Amino acid sequence: MARRQSRDVAGMSHESHVAPSSDTRYGDPAVLRLVKVNKYYRVGTHSLHVLQDVDLDIADGEFVAIMGASGSGKSTLLNILGILDDYEAGEYYLGDTLIRGLSESRAAHYRNRFIGFVFQSFNLLPFKTALENVALPLYYQGITRRKRNQIAMQYLERVGLRDWADHLPSEMSGGQKQRVAIARALIGKPRLILADEPTGALDSETSQQIMDLMSEIHRTGITVLVVTHDQDVAARTQRTIRLRDGKVLGADDAGFSHPRIPVTTAAT
Amino acid sequence: MVVAFLLLLGLFVVLAVLVLVVFLVIATLQMIRIAIGQWRDVVSLDRWGEVFSTIGRNKLRTALTTISVAWGIFVLVFLLGLGRGLDHGMRHNFAREATNGVWVMANKTSVAHGGYDVGRKLMFDNRDYEREKKIPGIDHISGQFFIRGGAFGGGEMMTKRGGKANVFQINAVHPDAAYFEQHDMVAGRYLNDDDIRHRRKAVVVGRPVVQFLFEPGEDPIGQWVEVAGVPFQVVGVFGDSRGAEQERQLYIPVSTAQLAYNGGDKLGLFAFTVGNSGPAETQAIIDTFVGDLAERYNFDPSDKQAVRVHNNVEQFSRFQMLFLIISLFVTLIGLGTLAAGVVGVSNIMMIAVKERTKEIGVRKALGATPRSIIFMIIQEAVFLTGVAGLLGLAGGVAMLELVGAANLTDFIYNPSIDLKIGIAATLFLIFAGALAGYFPARAAARVNPIHALRDQ
Repeated sequence: MARRQSRDVAGMSHESHVAPSSDTRYGDPAVLRLVKVNKYYRVGTHSLHVLQDVDLDIADGEFVAIMGASGSGKSTLLNILGILDDYEAGEYYLGDTLIRGLSESRAAHYRNRFIGFVFQSFNLLPFKTALENVALPLYYQGITRRKRNQIAMQYLERVGLRDWADHLPSEMSGGQKQRVAIARALIGKPRLILADEPTGALDSETSQQIMDLMSEIHRTGITVLVVTHDQDVAARTQRTIRLRDGKVLGADDAGFSHPRIPVTTAAT
Repeated sequence: MVVAFLLLLGLFVVLAVLVLVVFLVIATLQMIRIAIGQWRDVVSLDRWGEVFSTIGRNKLRTALTTISVAWGIFVLVFLLGLGRGLDHGMRHNFAREATNGVWVMANKTSVAHGGYDVGRKLMFDNRDYEREKKIPGIDHISGQFFIRGGAFGGGEMMTKRGGKANVFQINAVHPDAAYFEQHDMVAGRYLNDDDIRHRRKAVVVGRPVVQFLFEPGEDPIGQWVEVAGVPFQVVGVFGDSRGAEQERQLYIPVSTAQLAYNGGDKLGLFAFTVGNSGPAETQAIIDTFVGDLAERYNFDPSDKQAVRVHNNVEQFSRFQMLFLIISLFVTLIGLGTLAAGVVGVSNIMMIAVKERTKEIGVRKALGATPRSIIFMIIQEAVFLTGVAGLLGLAGGVAMLELVGAANLTDFIYNPSIDLKIGIAATLFLIFAGALAGYFPARAAARVNPIHALRDQ
């Protein structure tokens, strides 16, 4: 519902010929690039301009946080990045591929092969064991059950839950569930992990553990993008992108600098 | 005004139905396209594992769907079968006499006419037979002579062979009598025109007669038996599907009987069939028939007592109408139950899919295509309704067998269902189940995972 809230938008600025914004950083190829992406939601006769000329450049192997108040357009952005929603204007490149107006099955294919999702509420299937949950993305790759379970076991081991393979999510703690979910996000060997408030439902200690795991994943070379409103979480990433009213806030962290609002950590 | 309104209403209904049909056809085509695209899932053990785990997980839903579908099919099959049983029962009860048969029996006048007093006893003769058989519309006709002075004052006469003797019903008839009864010749032949012409002492006997008079294994054909003191040669043995009573009879040529039992050329009864004539045509034939007799024997043609007419055509058509209405009614109830089953399945599928929005969101985020999700739900629906439909079909057929075997009443005979109809009904329900799954599945496959998964 958040995306439907307020944000009264007067004019719809149409994209014009503007040179591509910030170029690739660190010399790495961009894994993810948004150029002047615009998204509107029609609500009755009004049109909400939820994303306005969003430029985004995430280099391969970056660890980035996206922050913003509710209604700032984060979830819309996440939808677009996750190829779960389309956009009206602009360009979104995942690797070299322009993601626009894809058929549902192609979108599903890209999601399956390139993106791993981690959610706030874990979203494990409650009737499947940890192992089966982790193996699910491989089911949609058409891999046989035995092979699937074998691979899933390796990933469970990686998140330290080998002994919990045959347990149902209901028998596990929040942190364990999130680790299962992360294993599930990783099993498809994605280039990009999209985490939507991954610590939102966890206590601070468990949150730390999960973020440790995220950092670890990042160190293996996978690009990690975390949507959060938690400063502590954002602080553990390399870069924070702030959204407000559907726009990316530039200045303060447009650059390479990691330091951000040094004092506010206590303000949460 | 009213007519215009009704016309408009009719047009509206027709249009609505048309739109619905087009809508359903389009949905079906889409469904088929998806099914073709996902054909691998039909043979994928892995996929069926997913489907079974869902079905097994939602025991209440599974039970409700199964019951509503199975019950719908069960009731439909049972009612259709019962309707058929009623129809069979009616035909069976009528079968003892041809459904297109008419019987005209000589009796006593009850109205004074042409100078004759009431109470005059009438009797037909061979000349009537010769004349009446030319009436157009009559395709088979037989006269019957009643032998008087039988053991019980009727046609039952002592039949003897060797040391054995028993009383059987004797019928002296023309060969066309074969068309009024449900006889199956077990051995030999029936009476023929030569028997009549040459007044042969030929007799056709029922199976119990043979059993009584002959030793087991003995061939009765060509053997002589004594019928009411006159020897007759057995030319044929018949069976009758209606039972022993109809088989404890003998048939002899009417001409022979008139000679042997002092009947002159008298006949007491005419029986004839009218081909495919309807009730009105049959009545016209009867009027001509009775009119001829009235003219010849000088009785009032409107005298209901002078000759007694039994008209099976009219009775049969009246019964047919009644049973047609019953069948229609029963079918309507069955279809109604089936429709209720379809609605039930739709509802359950709708709720089931709603419940699984989150699961569908997860699957989508993990790379499931919308088609794969839609087809998974259709597979579930088809499997559930299919199994339930077959259960209902089997239950209905078993129940019909039970009712048929119990032989509760003469009105129901051999209740059964055309298996094609049963299978068609089951297929229809499976199709309905697939559609019932398709619509909510399509809606569910459109959900945006982030939204589906956010609400907690």
